[in-house]
Amino acid sequence: MSNTIPNVSNSLTRSASFQLVWLGIAATLGFALLMVLLSWASALTGSGTSTLNAIDAESGTLTLQLSTEPPQLDSTRATDSVSIMILGHVMEGLLRFDANNQLVPGVAERWEIREDGATFWLREDARWSDGLPVTAHDFSFAWHAALAPETASEYAFILYPLKNAEAINTGTLPGDALGVHAINDRVLEVEFEQPLAYFEELVAFPTYNPIREDFYRNRDGRYGADVEDLLYNGPFEMTVWVHGAHLRLEKNTDYWDRERVRLNVIDIPYFTTDTTAALNLFKDGQIAIVDYLGAEQLDEVLRQRWELLRFGDGSVWFLAFNFDSGRATSNWHLRKALQLVTDPSELVNRIIKLPGNLPGKSLFPVWLQGVNGFFRQEYPAPQIALDASAAREHLRLAMEELGLDEPPSLALLVDDTPGAGRQAEYFQNLYGTQLGIDIRIDRQIFKQRLAKMQNQDFDLATYGWGPDFADPLTFGELFASWNPNNNGRFSNQEYDQSVRLAQSSLDPHIRMNAFGRQQEILFEEVALIPNYERGRVYIKDRRLQGVVRRAVGPDPDFTNAYIVENP
Amino acid sequence: MYAYTLKRLIQGVITVWFIATATFVAMHSVPGDPLLNERGVNAEIRRNLEERYGFDRPIFDQYLIYMTNMARGDFGISFTQQNRSVNDIIREHFPVSAALGVLAIVFAGLGGVLWGALTALYRNRLPDVIVMFLVILGISVPSFVIAALSQLALVGLNDLVGFSVLPVAGWGSILHMLIPSLVLGLGTMAFLTRLMRSSMLEIINADFIRTAYSKGLPPTRVFIKHQLRNAILPVITVLGPAIAAITTGGFVVELVFAIPGLGRFFVQAVQQLDYTVIMGTTVFYGAFLVFMVIAVDLIYGLVDPRVRLE
Repeated sequence: MSNTIPNVSNSLTRSASFQLVWLGIAATLGFALLMVLLSWASALTGSGTSTLNAIDAESGTLTLQLSTEPPQLDSTRATDSVSIMILGHVMEGLLRFDANNQLVPGVAERWEIREDGATFWLREDARWSDGLPVTAHDFSFAWHAALAPETASEYAFILYPLKNAEAINTGTLPGDALGVHAINDRVLEVEFEQPLAYFEELVAFPTYNPIREDFYRNRDGRYGADVEDLLYNGPFEMTVWVHGAHLRLEKNTDYWDRERVRLNVIDIPYFTTDTTAALNLFKDGQIAIVDYLGAEQLDEVLRQRWELLRFGDGSVWFLAFNFDSGRATSNWHLRKALQLVTDPSELVNRIIKLPGNLPGKSLFPVWLQGVNGFFRQEYPAPQIALDASAAREHLRLAMEELGLDEPPSLALLVDDTPGAGRQAEYFQNLYGTQLGIDIRIDRQIFKQRLAKMQNQDFDLATYGWGPDFADPLTFGELFASWNPNNNGRFSNQEYDQSVRLAQSSLDPHIRMNAFGRQQEILFEEVALIPNYERGRVYIKDRRLQGVVRRAVGPDPDFTNAYIVENP
Repeated sequence: MYAYTLKRLIQGVITVWFIATATFVAMHSVPGDPLLNERGVNAEIRRNLEERYGFDRPIFDQYLIYMTNMARGDFGISFTQQNRSVNDIIREHFPVSAALGVLAIVFAGLGGVLWGALTALYRNRLPDVIVMFLVILGISVPSFVIAALSQLALVGLNDLVGFSVLPVAGWGSILHMLIPSLVLGLGTMAFLTRLMRSSMLEIINADFIRTAYSKGLPPTRVFIKHQLRNAILPVITVLGPAIAAITTGGFVVELVFAIPGLGRFFVQAVQQLDYTVIMGTTVFYGAFLVFMVIAVDLIYGLVDPRVRLE
């Protein structure tokens, strides 16, 4: 009798296994159908075109990865390095930087800079990507647009040397009061607010790029938002822009200097901030360059025997002080004590450990030009002799002046990146052991750190400054009492006067002397403790040549790049 | 049924409104200033920016304006990409996340049900032990580790074979989706396997199964009609939230595989205090989640005859 009910669980297992096979087949078929649908969907949202390898010599194509897609290609409002890099490839201002980082004629074929203004003569063969000529009106319009209060351009200040620019931006004068006039299609007249020694450097900045009025107005606020919302006049033009997925630049055959451009296509199908992913793409032969590497990736690069390249990105990093009278850091003796125990080379060699970084000695980095040679050779940075006992003496005086019984506790405001954390711990340890000063590390996310800087809610802060243009003024101005980026509110009358002099003087000797004096004042007053001049390391495919890395201007620059098949 | 659906939808709208309000309040009380950038600006430029974004108005006015616009389906303009609307961002990037999510859910659902059924049938035997060990790995190892490792494995594979079998990263074809969606779905797959296994075990020796056999049904029919259908109910319950979790939780996978999904905006907007994008993505995802939960409840009523929707 018991045989009438078979061993249930065994037969179930067997037939269920068959069942699973059938289910599997059905699932595979359903899956295939789904794949077809999804592949259609991904083609819609992606590039649709298959990507080539890192380098394709035959078609002259280069494949790259970027950390993000350009957030803003409206040149009046672009502020970030990725947008500026792309703009540097698809646009051209009056002047541009060549392969040796020298300023050379761009849309302007010649120019004349006087005490009260400048005149630019535009070349006849400069064309927009729709074939129309680039005219003086296009520059005049772009500058007016950037200064209009409703544009709310963050970089409007870079146009302030133009006559009445600041008043227009603040809304006290109408736009037509601007000292910029298109005399005719090919002559642009500029009036200055005051004499200006570095205007050539300024006009290479993207905020000074031309924009054609009729096109801009037709876009209804979307200028620069999509591939069809831009006109190009640079070495390349954008032909594909699928947001977040794919950007494609192709050689602009209407570009006046097209002989110079040797690449046909720059294809950018990868956007990620993950440098490890970038390194994997490079290893797989999908991208031609990894433009920034972290310290944690050096081992892999060395193991693979890739050529490690380096360059200075031009920025200077330092400890900033809060000069608010309620803060201990407003005391000179305290700052001096910190200065006397800080050794930037130790920070660079032991903590940062990335080749290419230079120990910081001054607010003015080594690459700046002086009168004839490098500024720092003509005006060497003051030497800091480390002296722990003198430091303790200064600390004692500081405590006396501040009425403290024990060393003060200081808040050090830093970013939330791992590197910033390591540096903060280094300072915490250094000042704790050497001076008995308790450093409280205040790690904040980007926007909150900025807000705390702005509100002077810190004692010490790690801070970096990158140049807008290649003149010492871009650094010297930083500590002028009126500068919105002078977050610690350092204020020194002689320093301010010296900055004013450097702004308005045309004599290189007077200007460089002024910067030399500023360098001294910053040291004497201990307005900052320089940490390092940032270096970057990167790797690239050996077949790719002529890539320009630079501190000021679009970086990296592929407009002079070319492919060699057998390096 | 219709009344029930209507009631749930009204509840859903109220939930979304509440999410929007809570996000608005939370966002404005987070320290930090969305208009600040690397370069500080002078007071005049600052004022221009505030006017542009309506920050010069009282906070309650901002709330009213925002809610009115949102009711009209306008999420405003992004702060970081000042010429792109949040609607554009969602429209262009959500389909990417959704496509990836659908595939991930298919992986997770099919894998979870099949592995779960399999382990239940082979309870305490070798296949069960192996799969359950993998399941524990899948649940406990975070997705960024799995993502990075699988990408590394891909590089190694391509290197070994000598050509690109599967792309290492990027977007644009079905090949780009396979590994990322597998990684994305892995955690859910592991979770569903466990769920399926335990609910299979619960009913495998139940009386109604015995009855089914005793009335002479073939085992395949018992498996499909009685076991699978009953065991799958808990899986369907969690599938709704799981779909929402997978389509919103792809940030790490999107970053590692350079995929242009919405997850990236969702996370980066918070870091950047990009108010409009925070609001837009949160409300959108909130509505999506609410909708998924409602949909699952309705489906549940269809699958389980014991549930009556009233």
